[in-house]
Amino acid sequence: MQDAKGPDQLFQRALAEGEILLPKCDDCGAYHFFPRVLCPHCHGTAISWKQAGGKGRVHTTTVVRRKPERGGDYNVCVVELDEGVRMMSRVEGIAPGEVVIDMPVTAFVGEAEGVPAVLFKPSEG
Amino acid sequence: MTTELRGKSAIVGTGHAGLGEAHGLTAYDVMAQSALAALGDAGLKLSDVDGLFCTMMEDSMPALMAAEYLGIQPRFIDGTMSGGSSFVNYLTSATMALDAGLCDVALIVYGSNQRTASGRLVTASRPPAYEAPYNPRYPISAYAMAAARHMHEYGTTREQLADVAVAARAWAQRNPEAFERGPLTREDVLGSRMVGDPLTVRDCCLVTDGGGAIVMVRADRARDFPKAPAYVLGSAAASSHRQISQMKDFTVTAARDSGARAFAAAGVTPADIQAVELYDAFTINTILFLEDLGFCAKGEGGAFVEGGRIAPGGVLPVNTNGGGLSCVHPGMYGIFTVIEAARQIRGDAPGIQLKDIDLALAHGNGGVLSSQVTAILGSQNTL
Repeated sequence: MQDAKGPDQLFQRALAEGEILLPKCDDCGAYHFFPRVLCPHCHGTAISWKQAGGKGRVHTTTVVRRKPERGGDYNVCVVELDEGVRMMSRVEGIAPGEVVIDMPVTAFVGEAEGVPAVLFKPSEG
Repeated sequence: MTTELRGKSAIVGTGHAGLGEAHGLTAYDVMAQSALAALGDAGLKLSDVDGLFCTMMEDSMPALMAAEYLGIQPRFIDGTMSGGSSFVNYLTSATMALDAGLCDVALIVYGSNQRTASGRLVTASRPPAYEAPYNPRYPISAYAMAAARHMHEYGTTREQLADVAVAARAWAQRNPEAFERGPLTREDVLGSRMVGDPLTVRDCCLVTDGGGAIVMVRADRARDFPKAPAYVLGSAAASSHRQISQMKDFTVTAARDSGARAFAAAGVTPADIQAVELYDAFTINTILFLEDLGFCAKGEGGAFVEGGRIAPGGVLPVNTNGGGLSCVHPGMYGIFTVIEAARQIRGDAPGIQLKDIDLALAHGNGGVLSSQVTAILGSQNTL
């Protein structure tokens, strides 16, 4: 990934190094996610990478029911970050059914399906 | 404002095959049997077909596979793939192609053997890269999250969701072609296995085999066929996203836009519609689409469907064949919304035939609430 060029490669490389970078449009100033070569809001092509603040709220959530012998139930949710972008993820550290809409959460880089991934835990305090 | 295409095309044949279980048949076998059934209904032959509108779940070039299988060389092919809404969308492209003289007999067709082949949704579609690592169960996790958000914002209850399934079953019980016709109560739905909170297995559509087909011609020929035609008065498409994580408002679908434009094109309003056929992949769909199409206000869908109000004898006939929840759901259900709407107008509905239906609405959904296509069909009286 030394020669990462495209937005997806750049995002994934940062993630592999433990960093969550978000694309931000130089023209309109809005963040977007997933990474791409243009801003989906104003269609500008000057995009900068910004370190994510890591704070957000659960926008919506579900529990995927799975038999215990296959690993048991797990959470799938969509989180809205304070930067205004949303991403699919899961909240770890609490039971999947305890994840509720509007719950404040904090991002960390973990692993999902064997690849580096943005995960969340309940915010403290 | 109505459009120039209002009433320019008509459905003169519908057909289906392999509803439920189509043992020993491939998806293309079911597709072809459906085509023959619809052409038979119209009194036409495969050799008359010069416009083909088709997509399937298992290939990237399904329209070509279908044309080859059927032994036809169409002058016009549309294989646009927007999921289950594709077949409602083809009403627009078929009307345009017919009106422009690019074809004279349009065949819209679909077939699937997913139930007997694998017992689950068959799809050539890949999970989106930024969602796949979290293992959402496709497509239920997406609809579950829409339902959760609707419950959060509007106080919609699991009981109201369950009532959608109960109403669908009540229609299906009167339809000999429907796959699930056993009794179903609100308590049955609530007490069945949870699959993706807040949706139980009874909040989810069936997994069946089945195919459907529609034959369309220009309106000026529509009265020359064996049965009454159903005219396409208006149709419109809208899309809002592909991946559920990109849906801007989980409680509002693009049906608000597709519906408004379809009604404007047809020159009618929701109050005029006598039969409503919605793509009910999950119980939340029916609530969302009734709201977004203007049958009730946003947030009031739960109350609108409660206690049999969309069941037989209720205030609005919705999914009169039993829908994807209880009649048939072979991977993509969209074509069956059009078939049932047309059959209500043409007077050959297999279940409850409603009286004097002049206006019916068919609404297709594709992806994960991603693509919405609305069509309004009318009888000769509406021209």
